[in-house]
Amino acid sequence: MPFSTRASVITKKEQTMATTTDIEMLAQQGILARKPRSLWGDAWRRLRYSITARIGMVIAAIIVLTAILAPIVDPYNPKLDSNLDISRQPPSAQHIFGTDRLGRDIFRRIVHGASLSLSVGVVAVATAGIAGTILGLVSGYFGGATDMVIMRIMDIMMAFPSMLLAIAIVAVRGTGLFNTIIAISVVGIPNYARLVRSMVLSIREREYILASHMVGVRTPVIILRHVLPNSLSPIIVSATMGIGGAILTAAALGFLGLGAQPPAPEWGAMIGDGVPFLRQTPHMVFIPGMAIMLTVLGFNLLGDGLRDALDPQMRE
Amino acid sequence: MSTVLEVRNLETRFETHEGTVYAVNGVSFQLDEGETLGIVGESGCGKSVTMLSLLGLIPTPPGVIAGGQAFFLGRDLLKMAEEEIRMIRGSQISMIFQDPMTSLNPVLTIGDQIREPLEEHLNMVAAQSKQRAIELLNLVGITDGASHLDDYPFQFSGGMRQRVMIAMALACSPTILIADEPTTALDMTIQAQIIELVKDLRKELGMAIIWITHDLGIIAGLAHRVMVMYAGYVVERAMVEDLYEHPSHPYTRGLLGSLPRVDAESDKDLVNIEGMPPDLLTKPVGCPFAPRCQYVLSRCREENPVLDELKNGHELACWWDIDRHKPRYGR
Repeated sequence: MPFSTRASVITKKEQTMATTTDIEMLAQQGILARKPRSLWGDAWRRLRYSITARIGMVIAAIIVLTAILAPIVDPYNPKLDSNLDISRQPPSAQHIFGTDRLGRDIFRRIVHGASLSLSVGVVAVATAGIAGTILGLVSGYFGGATDMVIMRIMDIMMAFPSMLLAIAIVAVRGTGLFNTIIAISVVGIPNYARLVRSMVLSIREREYILASHMVGVRTPVIILRHVLPNSLSPIIVSATMGIGGAILTAAALGFLGLGAQPPAPEWGAMIGDGVPFLRQTPHMVFIPGMAIMLTVLGFNLLGDGLRDALDPQMRE
Repeated sequence: MSTVLEVRNLETRFETHEGTVYAVNGVSFQLDEGETLGIVGESGCGKSVTMLSLLGLIPTPPGVIAGGQAFFLGRDLLKMAEEEIRMIRGSQISMIFQDPMTSLNPVLTIGDQIREPLEEHLNMVAAQSKQRAIELLNLVGITDGASHLDDYPFQFSGGMRQRVMIAMALACSPTILIADEPTTALDMTIQAQIIELVKDLRKELGMAIIWITHDLGIIAGLAHRVMVMYAGYVVERAMVEDLYEHPSHPYTRGLLGSLPRVDAESDKDLVNIEGMPPDLLTKPVGCPFAPRCQYVLSRCREENPVLDELKNGHELACWWDIDRHKPRYGR
């Protein structure tokens, strides 16, 4: 059934006043277009209506699809690609983004670099998110000495400039994609821990948590089933924006030569490769730079849209 | 009829930065099987804290159970370990709260929340608990429970949410149901429906009920006995008809007198109780109600009256005989 804005206005008003039997009656009379939705359904609907969120979703979707499909559609072995005869060519018909120092097609490298950047971004954020959430839940719910110890460790970690901390970790563990992921995720943990802890502190005092105690639910179940789902919204927003940040940090590490090692088509490393030739063939620097920028922009817009969609104040 | 709950001299305090708050000061009462006890008193008199203390739900950094015993079916609730008392909560003693809007978890479905006590205490599997949840919803007057199991609390009105809370509380057929002002946040017509529902359930399931309220109008039709509390003390207790016909404590008189009456003349002011609610940071010397009492004697300021039995189970803590207009006990 086509969804109309007018019906949604009626829906919201009826929802606050009517009982569900009234709602069913009204649905049968065709006044309500559809049954009221859950929190996530409602957030999804609001997300779809924001223009910036839609742009973000489109960009993010393009990057994700590229990252997933590229290795399947076009298996790439960078070692076999070099052709010194056509090195450092500007964009042309055969090579739409030109070629790099070793004659490799930059467009192809950008496309395959997407999966590198995206995997670093997603895995690092997911790891940091999960570890940070666990620490935040424990710290926020149990309080006391546990809270103090965990938070002081987080404070120490946050005192380091994140780039330096990441470089330090890479210096200890060595270069390469896997260690980049570890470095970026460790740097990101305190953010999620603090976010979750702050949500838990507020949710812990709510009446439905007291009611759960009242019903006799065990503590681990209360934390995982009652407290955690209510704390998810800020984590989701922060994680989505965090993907952009992680990609940037990964690119910075790659630029410094500390990330995925050549010949891997990592975008930051591609920029690093192109810097000596900035005057003569700037496309070698700018094109990977644009790729990074668009990707991060896409995820940031998506994160903004999610934040607005999940903001409880904006729901009547 | 056997006694299901016997509380003796319960004392609960809160140690705060500004001092010790004496929330419950020597409260004793008894609850028989199937009986409904009403607890009446103004905000802050210790009614809710008493109940939360019994169930170990007082946060123990600031809160301290300073003394007393609470025997439930022979065991002292106040001496139980957390794990023991957790098994009693929700299955043998249940509680419903004032605000149905905030008592339900907004991100879980109604079905999930009703099934939780069933799966936790009665060890039901999913299919059984779903079936039982539908039965419980029917019991509280929500027909077609099956279609509502996947609904979220925000889709329900206040009255229906309170019915869901009641269904959750009665899920394991508790011996005692504690209702902490469950209708205060609802409008009058819904209030009446919920009270009727509880009365029907009482007839059907036979649980004992402790109903906390500050609305004397509700208690009259609901309770068998009523206990009046002030500043953490019990000041009067009687069978309900006796309390309404012969209120003997000046505070009870004040409460009844301040009820707006349908038959009052419309140009007369409402009667109110002079003075301010008590400051619980100080343990009073003498009767806590003395600063506000119109019958106050010098003895009242020196000595806190003990709860004494008058006749037919009517208990009173007061030095003044309000009917005969003279001090009790000769002084």
